[in-house]
Amino acid sequence: MAVDVELEAVLRPIQYPMPPYPPKVITLANGKKMVVRQAKREDVPAILKTVHPCLFIERDYYDVVSARLYGELLAYYRYRVKSAYCLVGQVDGYLVGIVNGRMETEKVGISYHTLAIDRGLRIGSHLFAAKMEYHIEYLGQEEVLIVAESPIGFRRWMIEYPLEKTKISHELGGVESYRLTRDLYFAAKPRLVVGDRPVPKDLLDQAKKEILHADEKAIRERIAGLKGR
Amino acid sequence: MRDVAIIGVGMIPFGRRDEDSLLDMLAYASLNALDDAGMGDKTVDAVYVGNMGAGIIQHQTSIASSLVDRLSLLPAAADVVENGPASGGSAVKNGLLAVASGYYDYVLVAGGEKMREITGWRATDFVATMTHPEVEYPYGITLPGMAGMFTQLYMEKYGVTREHLLAVAMKNQEMGALNPYAHVEMLLDREGIFDSPHAVVNNPVAATPLHLYDLCPVSDGAAAVILCPLDMAKKLQNKPPVLIAGFGQATDTHTLQERDDPTDLKAVTLAAQQAFDMAKLKPKDIDVAELHDAFTILEIAESEHIGFFKKGEGGKAAAAGKTRLGGQLPINVSGGLKSRGHPVGATGVAQIVDITFQLRHELPKDRQVKNAKHGFTINFGGFGNNVVSFVLKRTEP
Repeated sequence: MAVDVELEAVLRPIQYPMPPYPPKVITLANGKKMVVRQAKREDVPAILKTVHPCLFIERDYYDVVSARLYGELLAYYRYRVKSAYCLVGQVDGYLVGIVNGRMETEKVGISYHTLAIDRGLRIGSHLFAAKMEYHIEYLGQEEVLIVAESPIGFRRWMIEYPLEKTKISHELGGVESYRLTRDLYFAAKPRLVVGDRPVPKDLLDQAKKEILHADEKAIRERIAGLKGR
Repeated sequence: MRDVAIIGVGMIPFGRRDEDSLLDMLAYASLNALDDAGMGDKTVDAVYVGNMGAGIIQHQTSIASSLVDRLSLLPAAADVVENGPASGGSAVKNGLLAVASGYYDYVLVAGGEKMREITGWRATDFVATMTHPEVEYPYGITLPGMAGMFTQLYMEKYGVTREHLLAVAMKNQEMGALNPYAHVEMLLDREGIFDSPHAVVNNPVAATPLHLYDLCPVSDGAAAVILCPLDMAKKLQNKPPVLIAGFGQATDTHTLQERDDPTDLKAVTLAAQQAFDMAKLKPKDIDVAELHDAFTILEIAESEHIGFFKKGEGGKAAAAGKTRLGGQLPINVSGGLKSRGHPVGATGVAQIVDITFQLRHELPKDRQVKNAKHGFTINFGGFGNNVVSFVLKRTEP
């Protein structure tokens, strides 16, 4: 697609400087090692291959979450969202979960979405925790505004941390936001934020080499199958 | 009283069955049992359905008569049996008595529950409706909460450790991974849920000292059995009929605090003794058992109260592998409630189905207890305040 450089400068939102999220590795309940790392902009097309089949899964609001996430990642890929980022979880190179968000100001972060592809392993919890870790510890923000579209998300974020209710309308649907402050984050950190750094070279190299995606049938089965938890 | 045999069993995979109604699930399991029984043009005289929560969760009552109509079994007699998480066991007991008395010849007993159409905390609240409405429920007690307190006391009194609980959890999930009917098919890794610092998230505290993987999942599912007199069973089919050689049922105080010793599961002991006495067998005669491991501690405590192991030895036996397939007494080879799942009204029937598979020697090698002749089940209602047990015996056709 042709790009008008002058107009592009007008259309692109500003970008705050964003230090990178240092990758970490987490041992899951089944013993598999999940590498959590920051995706690059050029990784987005590969990530979207996993998100796309989730658009058609109604269970637990995967359709809503995936549709919005798809748009957010596309906007990030094409420079149409302010100071956005995406973190991914990979097991043996395969994409098992995605989280994203952005900076609203230097002090306030916006949490977008958490999409777990492999379920029953608390991958969503781990990745959401990594997202909060990024906002508070690496971007140095004072607070993150959060909403949940599914009851599972509500339980995981609002209740488990727990978060403060605000009157601030969130850009995801306009619902009143919940807030994670630095104090709340550090109080929850010992029980919710884990991971080892540095990631062993072989694991990190495998993750970075290629974002592998399961076939659509497998993704559907993992999210909405009989054994879905 | 006539000897009563199980001539047909059926189950559907447990899990999260969003597409099926409760009645669908009961019908599928019942049809599987009817097919398995090979009854030809014979029909059933009565249907008993074990279910705890249709009136609360589905806002649906009289499901036994609905099932009779759905299966075109009119005008069979129909009854729902509600006895908390022991509803399935109680339904089988009622079916057994109906046949043993000589009043009915062929009886279908189905158990089912659909719990995943509500959120997890509402499911927990639904199960908590069995607690005392004045001295327990209003104070926020839940069954996991009771199990946590029970576990703490049991640990202090009998030396059960988290290692023992871990052994039960890992064994049952390992066996469940082999069971096509099991809800949870995931193998657990000791590092991931216990040794690693990451376990704090993977396996968080659910109700101190119990952790997430000490609890059974919330499941949808159904199971069914067909009962008839043993002499008629032998004329009907070539499969070895499984004799219900003994049963027992006992009740304990509604509240835990009224018991002289809250760690003493008297109803388990009494129900097991009754079943063994009726069967003229002893715990040492049992080849395979399905125990009610809604929480890992219960498998250990029940194994001691039944008499399989001495008090304080159940946890050690689990950790030593004595309750694994190939061990001294394989327990919960199906994966138990921990892995097969716990759709509360279905569980007591599912235990009978699993033991029947074992006694008919129908399972693949990696799940079959070699030469199993005697099986045992215990279905635990409330927090041990209503317990139903069975001793099953293989007979030759």
